[in-house]
Amino acid sequence: MSKYELPFDIDMAWCPGCGNFQIRKSILSALDELGQVHQTDVVFVSGIGQAAKMPQYLNVNYFNGLHGRALPVALAVKAANPSLTVIAEGGDGDMYGEGGNHFLHNIRRNIDITHIVHNNMVYGLTKGQASPTSQPGMKTGVQVNGVVNEPFNPLAVAISLGASFVARAYSGEIEQTKDLIKMAVNHKGYAMIDVLHPCVSFNKVNTFKWYEENTYKIETHDETNRSKAWELAIKPGKLGLGVYYKNEGGKTFTDSLSCYQKDRSPLYKRKRNQKKLAELIHSWI
Amino acid sequence: MNKRYDFSDHTDIAIVLSGEAGQGIKTLEYVLTRLLKKQGLNVFSCKEYMSRVRGGLNSIQIRISPEKVDAWVDRIDILIPLNPDLSRLEHRISSKTMIIGEKEKITTKQPVIEFSFQAAAEAAGGKKYANTVASGLILSLLHVDPSLLDTYLSQKFVDKPQKIIDANLEAAKLGVKKGRALVEKGVVKIQMVPVSKSDEKILVNGSQAVGMGAIAGGCDFVSSYPMSPGTGVLEFLAGQSNAFSFVVEQAEDEIAALNMVLGAWYAGARGFATTSGGGFALMGEAMSLAGITETPAVVHIAQRPGPATGLPTRTEQGDLNLALYSGHGDFVRAIFAPGNLDQAFYLTANAFNLADAYQIPVLILTDQYLMDSAYTIPVWDLDPVSVKKGFVKTDSDYCRYRYTRNGLSPRGVPGYGKGLVCVDSDEHDEKGRITEDWKTREKMMKKRMKRLKVLEDKALMPSVHGNPDGDIVVVAWGSPHNMVLSALQNAGNPRMKYLHFSQVYPLNPRVRDTIEGAKKLVLVENNYSGQFGDLLFKTFGRKMNEKILLSNGFPFSTEFLTRKFKKIQGD
Repeated sequence: MSKYELPFDIDMAWCPGCGNFQIRKSILSALDELGQVHQTDVVFVSGIGQAAKMPQYLNVNYFNGLHGRALPVALAVKAANPSLTVIAEGGDGDMYGEGGNHFLHNIRRNIDITHIVHNNMVYGLTKGQASPTSQPGMKTGVQVNGVVNEPFNPLAVAISLGASFVARAYSGEIEQTKDLIKMAVNHKGYAMIDVLHPCVSFNKVNTFKWYEENTYKIETHDETNRSKAWELAIKPGKLGLGVYYKNEGGKTFTDSLSCYQKDRSPLYKRKRNQKKLAELIHSWI
Repeated sequence: MNKRYDFSDHTDIAIVLSGEAGQGIKTLEYVLTRLLKKQGLNVFSCKEYMSRVRGGLNSIQIRISPEKVDAWVDRIDILIPLNPDLSRLEHRISSKTMIIGEKEKITTKQPVIEFSFQAAAEAAGGKKYANTVASGLILSLLHVDPSLLDTYLSQKFVDKPQKIIDANLEAAKLGVKKGRALVEKGVVKIQMVPVSKSDEKILVNGSQAVGMGAIAGGCDFVSSYPMSPGTGVLEFLAGQSNAFSFVVEQAEDEIAALNMVLGAWYAGARGFATTSGGGFALMGEAMSLAGITETPAVVHIAQRPGPATGLPTRTEQGDLNLALYSGHGDFVRAIFAPGNLDQAFYLTANAFNLADAYQIPVLILTDQYLMDSAYTIPVWDLDPVSVKKGFVKTDSDYCRYRYTRNGLSPRGVPGYGKGLVCVDSDEHDEKGRITEDWKTREKMMKKRMKRLKVLEDKALMPSVHGNPDGDIVVVAWGSPHNMVLSALQNAGNPRMKYLHFSQVYPLNPRVRDTIEGAKKLVLVENNYSGQFGDLLFKTFGRKMNEKILLSNGFPFSTEFLTRKFKKIQGD
């Protein structure tokens, strides 16, 4: 049994057959295989939604915050203690809808976190309304005449903003998803994985069968070429699974913070310099 | 023949500099206050300005006195208009106001002493030196040794070409010449005998006081979105972040700002955000998150007049209700409202320990007036200030929300100890796991709310001024404090007692005793409806008998409050 399995019984709130169970499997084995990571140093930060419940079902530190707001919390956790392995996780509504602004700006910061977004192209917990990634024409209780908005393309957006690791997975490909998560955690800088998965209760369009028929594994692609990555991300038709773009060696958010230039210790271990404070106050004489 | 202006019986001189944004009156304020302080005088300065980068009409008030001086007045003894339009100041100008400027252009009924700052500046080397001319003139009226200004200018522009230094020195000289002439001809008489040793006092403004308070409180993580008048604190802290090794990040919005603050506290740092009412409105949901997750937070709200964008660069105390009620659901918070620069420093410093100890959000309510007010005060004593970090090292069976007698569970930090720290915005059990068990819900609500009683009993009592047994009780909170004190003295009513609240929530139950015996309760609030008066009524059942309110964007002036206090009858 994975050490990231909880040592007590839990009642998982996902619908039977939900893709989230598969993603959980991938996460558990990825964490197990990431041997260098200490369990007590792993922090999951999530928002609200069915996907955001993931940390509840793992034996990790977590901050399960507000809908859409996982990224700002994750940024601060990493900035306050760069030795932690920080994983932000949530769904498409959470991360691309409510939290869209944070998505844009934390890519720009290149904060060294892993960002896992469960993308089932529908709102699950609120029972079936359109999400930013819902496909045109899908009828819901709110979009009664069918979705008309252009679907949000998270990969294209991330690549165009300079995200340093951008990948797409599909929950049905447990092994590949696990590998992508490991790569993302090991990547220095912001790493996003958009994980496609079906919503068995509310998305009758993008089903297991649909994903099987409309995804393919990326085989020949230069993942260091940003324009090619972007081209791949906006290509119509089947959705490619794998790494779209990867840029190693860039400066991360914490690399640029002056407080970590000489001292890598977390902020909680530090003491305020009272002498310096007295000097500062006296400088106003 | 010029009119004569005799200020020799004044204990303080109130100078107003007015001009467009971009004319350098801010620099002028800086030079004058620093040099006058150096001379051993006490100074007070505050600005009122328009929400624009260039143009408009702004003014700065500088009060100078051998005695303590720390409050806003309407009175103008000497007016230096670098821009001739006085329409916004007319109501404050009297026959006793000495106005120096270009007679032809200035729009006022009062006499003007002819002097063109522009012409003098151009003679010295260019229009931009007008403010240096003004500083030379003002300092000479106050008998300050002109060499002090020369030394200052030479040091300030040391990296600039000699031409610029020379032009500044020449501009100062022309100003001094005019000032001396006015003194020698007997046009103006001022007597200012310095009494204090300048090296025992500091000259800081409200933004700096809150900023240094945050540093003293151990703040090591700042995330904010710029918004006047809260930005001064953000810029001050950013300026200190390299020296003190802490994180300052400009958030993408205020929602992110407070969520970041919570993330920082969760990871063991001491997070802080500074904003104004509009920005704090966006933080409401994260306030609630702090409540249910029992995560400490400190937020500074520098108020400005609302609703919505309101008057972006002006002052008001209109956000008390927002601070009191922000965030959905029931949870505990504390709100401080500094009345002066000392309180701005110490209350901010203490906010961090309080937030940490009680695992609650703590708010500091100031306003544009306090942020932009600067005056000389004794150097702060750092002995009462300490950083008491409240987190613990966790064991492997650690539970973040363990039930305890006082409702406070030891707060762990991820990565420190063998335990896992699990916090949740959903209702949760002791382990931090989601639950919908109604018994747990009730227990958790009680656990979180239990600390309110302790916080009430510990809450700061209002400071008492005037006659402690007076039956006319004046009540104020936050920044009007110094004006109320001056007006109280001016009114000289022996029946008046004055209570100043520097903590507005929770209220100490013993406050009841201080207002119960009052024949008349007089509320002073810089807002439209008297929000604190409502809170006192809600808490203690006592209605205010009179309300002195102001919501025109300006602070209360000492004169306005004096007039109001003089009219107050006891029966």
